[in-house]
Amino acid sequence: MIKVEGLSKRYGRTLAVDNISFEVQKGQIVGFLGPNGAGKTTTMRILTCFLPPTSGTATVAGYDVQAQPLEVKKRVGYLPENPPLYPELEVEDYLAFVGKLKGLRKSELKARIDQACQRCAIGDVRKTLIGKLSKGYRQRVGLAQAIIHNPEVLVLDEPTSGLDPKQIIETRTLIRNLAGDHTIILSTHILPAVEQTCEQVIVIDRGKLVTIDSLENLTRRLRGVEAVAIQVEGRDGALDPAQAQRRLEQIPGVSRVVLKESDGGRSGFEVESLPGRTIRVDLARAVVEAGWVLDELRPAARNLEEVFLELTKAEQDTRSGGDK
Amino acid sequence: MRNIWVIWRKELKIYFVSPIAYHLLAFTAVVFGFFFTVATAIFVSRGMQAMRMGQGMPMDVNEWVIRPLLMNISVIGLFVTPMISMRLFSEEKFSGTIELLMTSPVRDLEVILGKWLGALTLYASLLAVSALNLGLLFFYGRPAWQPILVGYLGLLLQGGCLLAIGAFISTTTRNQIVAALITFDLCLLLWVLDWVSSYEAAGWARVMAYISVLTHFEPFSKGVLDSKDVIFYLSMIFLGLFLTSRSLESLRWRA
Repeated sequence: MIKVEGLSKRYGRTLAVDNISFEVQKGQIVGFLGPNGAGKTTTMRILTCFLPPTSGTATVAGYDVQAQPLEVKKRVGYLPENPPLYPELEVEDYLAFVGKLKGLRKSELKARIDQACQRCAIGDVRKTLIGKLSKGYRQRVGLAQAIIHNPEVLVLDEPTSGLDPKQIIETRTLIRNLAGDHTIILSTHILPAVEQTCEQVIVIDRGKLVTIDSLENLTRRLRGVEAVAIQVEGRDGALDPAQAQRRLEQIPGVSRVVLKESDGGRSGFEVESLPGRTIRVDLARAVVEAGWVLDELRPAARNLEEVFLELTKAEQDTRSGGDK
Repeated sequence: MRNIWVIWRKELKIYFVSPIAYHLLAFTAVVFGFFFTVATAIFVSRGMQAMRMGQGMPMDVNEWVIRPLLMNISVIGLFVTPMISMRLFSEEKFSGTIELLMTSPVRDLEVILGKWLGALTLYASLLAVSALNLGLLFFYGRPAWQPILVGYLGLLLQGGCLLAIGAFISTTTRNQIVAALITFDLCLLLWVLDWVSSYEAAGWARVMAYISVLTHFEPFSKGVLDSKDVIFYLSMIFLGLFLTSRSLESLRWRA
């Protein structure tokens, strides 16, 4: 659905996007991840035909962004970082304007506005001036604007920035509901946002593509090992954490045991396996054999924050290594 | 075509839900009403005077009232256009809605024409307010209507030309006040440029007089429709809109 090849964008002397290539399949939600200034917005602006690339090509829904921008624009819904709203207009008038601008016919306009309002939960403010809306509502009106013409591709730049936690959750749910009908690219520098919405992650840093993979693979690939969170308790209420740790380390296949918490008789550890080994069963057995009570045993999901730091760090290392 | 219409309607809606349109309409009504009252009062008192002195010469309403009033509107236009054109693109740049326009399946030219026509429509509605005053003259006399029509055509062309320049200026800044100031400076310059022709007849002075927007309006005010002046205004409109489109495109490259 989206194909980007060797894309670069230069502003004067700074190279904002440096030779990025990736592909997005139809119906996927892709998270565009990177620190501020990594080139996320620039890439999105190129995909939406707001900016021309300096070199490289990008095709959206089969159309080249430079050769056939009008065709691309018809098929893309775009929510920029600041929702493009006219504070003087009422929500309904605004959506009607955008709808007509995107080429909707009068006969379909009403139904499309109704649907967008319903999906974005802004039905109760249809007759309100946009200037009087709260930040959360504005964001949702911005989203409604992006989906008004039922585009094949949705490009959302930081859709949850500036919202309160409740609104963030609502927006995420909304985006997840939109997937399937639409191919979605959303950018963020907040990692949990990606973790909770996206199937595929594109990590970029300082204009360069760091990696592109599914979230699951990404976490797994980085470790190549199994990680287990385990919590145990001594049978008589007392357990020496250091002793328990030594015991766990002796289990074959275990490479590392980290004490996470210790509270009286109860201790929590994170245990990592050697590459390619499964250790869960052995762990459970060891605990029972030692005569402890097993409170908890679950795969430890490493959060994306660690993954991200590790990825961008690895990238830096190879780069500085190459310089020498 | 349809896109021009869509943008035109949005522009007008925004003018008329904000105080801009109402302020300008009120301003024109008051200022032009004042000019109109003064001009007719002078005309009447001169007429009385002429009668008392037994001259009884035929006095021409078109020559004595309407022509100077048309010139007045032309000058009011200089003050009003920056207020109309300042927001055309500056506001969109400032609020980020320019991203919406430029990522919609609409050509730049359609955006520009829609916006320019919207501004021109507001300007035309100001002219309509002034025309109401002139309409009163038809109740009390029989002025020739053809020169008035030509005069208003001239005013519309002059407005279109200044608004096209204003549209270009407003693409260059995010700040509406800066856009208004620069447009006003240019309007003022284009007004007074021809003053040099009153003491100098060299080539450069003639060029400056030619560029001056008001020189070309004078024939219109007399009811003279000269193709030379029409072409001047049309080419200025074209130049203004052309610069606007170039500047808009450069936004994409410079961003």
